Amino acid sequence: MIEFWTILIIKTLVVFAVSMLIVAYSTWIERKVLGHVQLRYGPMRVGFHGLLQPIADGIKGFFKEELIPDNADKPVFLLAPIISIGAALSLLVVIPFGDSITIMGHKINLYLTDLDIGILFVLGISTIGSYGGMLGGWSSGNKYGVIGGLRASAQMISYELSMALAVISVVMVSGTLSLVGIVNNQAGLWNIIKQPLAFFIFIICGLAELNRTPFDMPEAEAELACGYNVEYSSMKFALFFMAEYCHMFVFSAMVTTLFLGGWHGPLLPGPVWFFIKTFAVIFFCVWERSTFPRYRYDQVMELGWKVLLPAGLLNILLTGLWLLVFNI
Amino acid sequence: MMEKKDYVLNVSERRPEKGKFLAPLFKGMSYTLKNFFTKPITIQYPSERREVRPRWRGLHRLKVDEQGELKCVACGLCAKICPPQAITIVPYEEEGETRYPKEFVIDEIRCIFCGFCQEACPKDAIELTKVYDYVDYHREDFQFDIEKLKTPERFIFTGK
Repeated sequence: MIEFWTILIIKTLVVFAVSMLIVAYSTWIERKVLGHVQLRYGPMRVGFHGLLQPIADGIKGFFKEELIPDNADKPVFLLAPIISIGAALSLLVVIPFGDSITIMGHKINLYLTDLDIGILFVLGISTIGSYGGMLGGWSSGNKYGVIGGLRASAQMISYELSMALAVISVVMVSGTLSLVGIVNNQAGLWNIIKQPLAFFIFIICGLAELNRTPFDMPEAEAELACGYNVEYSSMKFALFFMAEYCHMFVFSAMVTTLFLGGWHGPLLPGPVWFFIKTFAVIFFCVWERSTFPRYRYDQVMELGWKVLLPAGLLNILLTGLWLLVFNI
Repeated sequence: MMEKKDYVLNVSERRPEKGKFLAPLFKGMSYTLKNFFTKPITIQYPSERREVRPRWRGLHRLKVDEQGELKCVACGLCAKICPPQAITIVPYEEEGETRYPKEFVIDEIRCIFCGFCQEACPKDAIELTKVYDYVDYHREDFQFDIEKLKTPERFIFTGK
């Protein structure tokens, strides 16, 4: 019993620490890649090639002054960033980083839990995370915040559906809802080859859920000043920021798990493959951000309801037919 | 109707046709990826510096001869020609000796770096160097006296 708890606590701490490190350094990756795409260097001063920049940013965030607007709804205003980061961090529980390994005679699974309904858990909790932005915008007593929050929730509702449809076709192919089961199912052939359409739908919807650039309506700088987090300062803003990048890491991990074969790969050990693939997806997120301009709001809705939703349904139909005909 | 010119870029003609939206996306992605692997053109300022032109007009230098004496004879031509009147000279002369400036002060805030002093000088005693980034805290620090004018290179900003 003690052994179980010890292993569990150590694993939790390791997963938390590693994930926070990745979250911090994905801001560094973002700034560096965006800089190099624009023929700049990005951060260069703090440490070698700006490697200590995320730490400096964090220290700065802690020491900034906290401001709460007079007409803010104070309890909700304080609660919103906590919801955001809490939901983002609880998603780390189900990410399968690798297969089991043996250390000092103990068999250790490289994931915190293997929920039977892992993928449903991810979809559900990530939707709860969007409450953070919505409530934050609503409670801050600022019109830009409200518009940002409303846009966030509308976009979330539209794209969550298509995303779920893309996931359903993956589940149909794999025959399981558990993320570890899905990864094990891809040992021979990755799901990206079995389900290319679902892969594209998932990527597009994921970017919309992350509020990243082609779909960054909730925080469109040019129109909304800063969106739902406009009144937030200091560590509360940093929590929103961390939640955003944590969602990006979880999204990359989900793409890896569902479509890119998770920890499977030749030669290198499993977790290394997992992180290579995850960072490739993170790089893709930044790369497309540097390329595409923002969609207009009605175009975002049109793409979600008129293109992605029918495409998702069609994909499910085709997958069903394929499974029926070949009787797999 | 305006006549068509080559150099006028008509955006509405270059817009991709309806339904052609995937190819431009990939074109944009490849362009940004190409930029990503190009060396940035940033000059990392205090450590790397832009090479200025040979005739660049920066801070002034009072030249010295082989004996380490100032070449300046305090004739006052530079002070006379200076458009913003930034140069103040107090001459000093002993019997039988050459005239030299007792005080030579250039107000670097007033100076417009036109280079007329350099051209007017009959003894080739003053010149403009390539030092362009002198910074300091007080207005008085920009009143350059003879000591400061002798070695303007030590004011090159290194970020320390």
